Amino acid sequence: MALKASQINDETKWQDLTEGLQIYEPATSKTFETGEWRTQTPVFDEEKCKQCLLCVPYCPDSCIPVVDGKRRAFDLMHCKGCGICVKACPFDAISMKPGK
Amino acid sequence: MRIKNRMSGNEALGQAIRQINPDVMPAFPITPSTEIPQFVSNMIANGEVTTHFIPVESEHSAMSAALGSEAAGCRTMTATSSCGLALMWEELYVAASSRLPIAMCVVNRGLTGPLNINAEHSDSMGARDSGWIQIYAENNQEVYDNMLQAHRICEHESVRLPIMICQDGFITSHAVQNIVLEDDADVKAFVGEYKPEHYLLKANETMALGPYANSPYCMEAKRAQAEGMIQAKKVILDVAKDFEKMTGRKYGFFEEYKLADADYAVVAIGSAAGTMKDAIDKLREKGVKAGLLKVRVFRPFPGEEMAKALENCKAVAVMDRCESYSTQGGPLGAELMSAMYRNKNKAEAINIVYGLSGRDVTVSDVEGVFERLADIAKNGVKDKQYTYLGLRG
Repeated sequence: MALKASQINDETKWQDLTEGLQIYEPATSKTFETGEWRTQTPVFDEEKCKQCLLCVPYCPDSCIPVVDGKRRAFDLMHCKGCGICVKACPFDAISMKPGK
Repeated sequence: MRIKNRMSGNEALGQAIRQINPDVMPAFPITPSTEIPQFVSNMIANGEVTTHFIPVESEHSAMSAALGSEAAGCRTMTATSSCGLALMWEELYVAASSRLPIAMCVVNRGLTGPLNINAEHSDSMGARDSGWIQIYAENNQEVYDNMLQAHRICEHESVRLPIMICQDGFITSHAVQNIVLEDDADVKAFVGEYKPEHYLLKANETMALGPYANSPYCMEAKRAQAEGMIQAKKVILDVAKDFEKMTGRKYGFFEEYKLADADYAVVAIGSAAGTMKDAIDKLREKGVKAGLLKVRVFRPFPGEEMAKALENCKAVAVMDRCESYSTQGGPLGAELMSAMYRNKNKAEAINIVYGLSGRDVTVSDVEGVFERLADIAKNGVKDKQYTYLGLRG
């Protein structure tokens, strides 16, 4: 029985890998931490935010969750720190800080 | 019904493909393999096969389309030669590492340059490390027989690797010989249906193929891929046994021609083996113990088995229809000599590059090689260990 993507890590032996590293389940990118690639991190200022939600569609990694019509804190497990949201925000409610 | 008929190597492949009736064939024409997609297109137009033919704008696209259709779950074949194979390079590795058992007819032709269109093994030899199984043929019957065995080998659950069925451009691809064609129904039963466990169009399964693998995974992935090639050795022999039951024709990793008691042996791939057999027959009449090892399977490389088969020879000439520019000889020479060293063979071995770009190899050329081997067995290797056959100058 092939391992699930979440069961495969850098301890997995070659004999246990799936054939050709194929993956037989959907949406496994959700479990993959791409946030570790980040060299700078967006900071969200709730006071300045008008909840216009313009940052949401601009985020290339869908890292700005919207709940009940309002944007919430960044999904830093997947945010790669590109900074596009900073430029998209008309109210200077997002800034970048160095590091993770 | 089993019939005897005269046809070229390309026609023989066309007949094999008709009998196999693959699901998809993306292909781009290139001499000398052009006839293969042409025959298949005719057969589609005549309603003899249900294959979906994809005309593409290049070989890069042909192999890309083959990757897609094989991944979708379709039995996929293509054909190419020379620079066409070179243009597929990137996808060759993807097919092997993604474990997509595509079957490809390779009609061997030299890579440019100098620009030429004739028989040479530099195209498929250049792709020898791409992870594809490679099986070579001496004559039209072998081309047909190898093609019938291809899918049973490459689609086997312990192998799942793409396969090249190789023949010499023009010499076998266009020359006409009498061959035996097996019964359509027998071939259909022998080849069987393609039933992959996982494929992109499988209902109720989501699948991702060819994911990015960084350094913690790549080595393990490649070792797992190599296991498919290791397992292919057993599968190739098992399939050959079943094939022999159906046809009476016997195949292995290589053919030994008068090799058992040979003092002097040549080792070669492809059509020149026929000429070498004639030379050996003549020499045997004179009492010279000459023999041939004709390589059929080059990937996986049966090095240990070949070294053992050459164990009692006094001198061996490894013949390469390919120049590697390593300054040490050709690929068959390098790999076989390495295997002979590991096996502690006592024979003196030389490596001869021959027949480049379709240069003829004659019986007297081969007799000259055996004369040289007899001298080497007596006096040791005096001149260079790596030379050209029939070179002016």
